[in-house]
Amino acid sequence: MKDFLNIYTDPVYSFTFVCIAFFFMIKYVEVIATLKFGIGLMIGTLVMFVLCFMDPVFTKNFYITNDNVPIIYLVFLIAWTTWYALYKGIRNDKRMEEGLPPLEATPENREKVWAWPNLVYTELFAIILGTVFLIGWAVFFKAPLEEPANPTWAPNPAKAPWYFLGLQEMLVYFDPWLAGVLLPGLIVVGLIAIPYIDMNPKGNGYYTFKQRKFAIVTYLFCWLVLWNFLIIIGTVFRGPNWSFYGPFEVWDAHKVVAANNVNISEMLWINTLGVKLPSNIFIREIAGILLTLGYMVLLPVFLTKKIFNFKGAVGKVFNGGFLGKYLKSLGWARYSILIFLVLMSLTLPIKMYLRWLINLKYIVFMPEFEFNI
Amino acid sequence: MAKDSFAQKVAKTQVWKSIFRHGPPDNARNRAAVIAGNVFLHLHPIKLKKSGVQLGYTWCMGGLTFFVFLALAVTGILLMFYYRPTAEYAYNDVIALREHVPLGIMRELHRWGAHAMVITVWLHMFRVFMTGSYKPPREFNWGVGVILLVLTLLLSFTGYLLPWDQLAIWAITVGSNMAKATPLLGHGGPGAMLAKIGDFVMVSDKNDVRFQLLGGRFVGEAALLRFYILHCVFIPVVVSVLIAVHFWRVRKDGGISAPL
Repeated sequence: MKDFLNIYTDPVYSFTFVCIAFFFMIKYVEVIATLKFGIGLMIGTLVMFVLCFMDPVFTKNFYITNDNVPIIYLVFLIAWTTWYALYKGIRNDKRMEEGLPPLEATPENREKVWAWPNLVYTELFAIILGTVFLIGWAVFFKAPLEEPANPTWAPNPAKAPWYFLGLQEMLVYFDPWLAGVLLPGLIVVGLIAIPYIDMNPKGNGYYTFKQRKFAIVTYLFCWLVLWNFLIIIGTVFRGPNWSFYGPFEVWDAHKVVAANNVNISEMLWINTLGVKLPSNIFIREIAGILLTLGYMVLLPVFLTKKIFNFKGAVGKVFNGGFLGKYLKSLGWARYSILIFLVLMSLTLPIKMYLRWLINLKYIVFMPEFEFNI
Repeated sequence: MAKDSFAQKVAKTQVWKSIFRHGPPDNARNRAAVIAGNVFLHLHPIKLKKSGVQLGYTWCMGGLTFFVFLALAVTGILLMFYYRPTAEYAYNDVIALREHVPLGIMRELHRWGAHAMVITVWLHMFRVFMTGSYKPPREFNWGVGVILLVLTLLLSFTGYLLPWDQLAIWAITVGSNMAKATPLLGHGGPGAMLAKIGDFVMVSDKNDVRFQLLGGRFVGEAALLRFYILHCVFIPVVVSVLIAVHFWRVRKDGGISAPL
C-alpha cells in the first residue's frame, strides 16, 4: 500500500486523480451532500491522518519544520467545509424545488433577535475556544528555530512558507515572471472582479448549489485543485532539488531525475524538420507564438460562436454552448474578462500535462528578452 | 420588598453606574443601550436577523480572524520588547527568548496565530463565496476583503524573516527572487534588458523592485530592518484601517448577508 502510494502520489498521477475525483464530486454532488457521506468523510480523513503519522518516514519528512502543522488543519478544514457548504446548498436546493424558501429565509430565521445576548455570547464563546486552541497548540509545538542565518549555505530544499508552496510548485512549470508575478497578480485581480462579473442575482445570502452551478464549480476547482492541492504537493511530495518524493519515501539528495525537457521550437525545427534552429528569434519561435495567440485570441472566438460545426462532446464546448451562452447576460466587457480569467487559470493544468506527456519545457522560448512561456 | 442580592447591590453603586450607564441587559431598553453605549460592542447592530447569528451560516471565521489579529498585535508588542532587528542581535534575542523566559510561549502564540489567521481568512472567504455574499450591494466590501487577504499573507511573510535563522533567510530568498522576475521592473524579468540608453542599463540588480524590497541585492541586514518595519508598523496600520472600512461596510451594506 505504501509503495503504491509512493508511486501514484507523483503529481502526474495524483493531479489527474484529483481532477477526476473533482469531476465525480460535482457529478454526484447529491450523493456527497448527505449526512452519511459527511460522517464517512470525517472518519475517513481521521483514519488517514492516524495511518500517515504512524509511519516514521512520513512524520520525519513532514516535520522538517513545525511550520507544516497548519497544513493538517487546512486539509481537514477544507474537506469538511467543502462538504458542509455543499450539504447546506443541496438541502436548500431540495427545499426550493418543493416550493419552500431556503432555510435562511424561513419566517423564523428572518425574525430579528437582540445582539445581546444572542451574538455577544457566541463571540465570547468563540474567543474562549480560540484562546484555548492557540495556547494548546503553543504548548505542544515549539516555534521552529534553525541554525543562524547563513547566506553562503542554502538548505535543500529551500521552501517558502506553506501558504506559498502552491506558487512555488508552479515554478516547476512556469518561469518566475509567470508563476511568481503575473499569475498571483491575476488571482488577486480575478478575485476582486468576481462580484462585477457574476451577474446571477440568485443565491445572494443563502447556501445553494444548483442556482449558481457555474460560479461554484469554477471557484471550487480553482480553490481545491489549483490552489490547495498544489500546496499539498509542494509540502508533502517535494523533497531535495524540488524532486518528487512519495509521502513514505526517504529523502535522498542524490536521487537522479531525468530531465530532458525540450522547447516547441526544438520539436519543430530539429526533431520534425531536421534543420538547425533559425537565427531570427521570431521565426524560430513561430510555432509557440502562433499557439499562444491561437489560445488567447482564436480559442475565445470558438468558445463563443458557432464557427465550425464541431460534433459530439467537442461541439458542446466549442460551438459556443459552454461559455457562449453567458455572452448575452454579461455583455462584451464582462464576458471578455471572464473568458480571459478562465483561460489564464487553465494555462496551469495545460502546461502541467504538456510537461508530463511530451516533456515540453517552453512554448515560447526567448531568453534574449527573458520572455519564456 | 425582597432584599437586594450582592450583584444587585454592586449594580447600584456609584462606581458601577459611572462605568455602565444602564441597568442589566434583561429588557429591551437596556439590551439596546448595552450595544449602543459601548465603544467595542457598538460594532454590532442592536438587532439582527436570526440567520446572521447562526454558526452554521457564518462559521464565525471572520470574527475569529479579527480575534487572532488582536491576539497577534498583543503578542507581537510583547515580543518587540525583547527583539532587536539587526543581524548581530536578532537570532540571539530569539534564542534568549526561548531559553530565559520561563514557560514562555509568546513566540509560539505569535507564530501559530499567524498561521491560524491565514487559514481563518481563507475559510472566511470560502464561506462568503458559497453564500453568494459578495453579490450586490456587497461587491466593494468583497474587494476590501481580498486586499485584506493579500495583506494577511504579506504580514505572515514579512514576519517569517525576523527570527533570522536558516528557515527565515532562505524562505525569504525564494520569495523575494520572484520580485526579480517582475516584467520590466525586475532585472531578470521579461523586457527589462530592453530598457537601455546606449550602454547604460536602466533596470539592474542595483535598482530593480527586488532591490527596493530588500534594500540590497540579497537578503541582508537592510532587508531585516525593512521587513521589521513593514511587519510591525506599516502593514498592521494599513490592515487596521482596512478592517475598519471592512466592518463599517458590513454594517452599511445591510449587515451579515441574508436572503433578499
